[in-house]
Amino acid sequence: MATDPIHQFQIQKIVPIEIGGVDLSFTNSSLFMALTVAGATAFLLLSTRRRAVVPGRWQSAAEMTYEFVAQTLRDSAGNEGMRFFPFVFSLFMFILVANLWGMFPYFFTVTSHIVITAALAAAVILTVIVYGLWKHKLHFFKLFVPSGVPKVLLPFITLIEVLSFISRPISLSIRLFANMLAGHITLKVFAGFVVLLGSFGVFGILGALLPLAATVALTALEFLVAALQAYVFAILTSLYLNDALHPGH
Amino acid sequence: MEAEAAKFLGAGIACIGMGTAGIGLGHIFGNYLAGAIRNPAAADGQFGRLIFGFAVTEALGIFSLLVALILLFG
Repeated sequence: MATDPIHQFQIQKIVPIEIGGVDLSFTNSSLFMALTVAGATAFLLLSTRRRAVVPGRWQSAAEMTYEFVAQTLRDSAGNEGMRFFPFVFSLFMFILVANLWGMFPYFFTVTSHIVITAALAAAVILTVIVYGLWKHKLHFFKLFVPSGVPKVLLPFITLIEVLSFISRPISLSIRLFANMLAGHITLKVFAGFVVLLGSFGVFGILGALLPLAATVALTALEFLVAALQAYVFAILTSLYLNDALHPGH
Repeated sequence: MEAEAAKFLGAGIACIGMGTAGIGLGHIFGNYLAGAIRNPAAADGQFGRLIFGFAVTEALGIFSLLVALILLFG
């Protein structure tokens, strides 16, 4: 392969900073996280700058995003879930904008690193555990003991519930990271085929049209995945928050 | 067998898991579509559950993809 498909995920230091032996450098990852926050903030602030009763194109885009997340949260966690709306909306916008920034060539995809997605998932799960314990005290553990289960089965069901709770942060972080990583690697591999075939003369260039078309189609698919993964993260966060709000099944 | 060859074989075998997750996803979307055609009015309300089922099923396929990626590049 002419180009290494993993190279795009390398973290490079832009401003090396080291404090007390801890590496706190400003990397390309930090740069794109800052760009993500700037992009999301600019989108929401600029589109609602001139608030009109009949919204324009930008304002309705912002309102649709807001309503979409609000509806998702309300459907899965009820009206009490709306107190977590700022949290869920921030997560959704951060992941969506980070994924979309990553779609530009030569840009760094923040969410393709497990350390980022694991931090986001840990924030969600810690919120669930801390809020659930604070609100329901020990009743929170009813989450693991569903009612209406025969006594013989109860230990097994509880074990399965505990295991499924433990696997939540793992699957939440790995899903997002692996989807973005795999998508970008696939794009890069197909783009590599275009270059490789193109170096074989006229017939090679004709053959290269095939992976080129595949690259275009995959780019479209990646845009879908970028939006879908942000939605999946938001909806799973709402469902987990629902467990913290209403632990009894 | 050389360790490098075993790595590639393992990565290929791990990808079988992705295929089986694909079967599961096909079941989810196929059944959703079948239900949606029978009762189109109820379809939109179940979209969230569809995506939830998709996400939970897809996670298992992604795990095997991760195993393959770790074997290839890790």
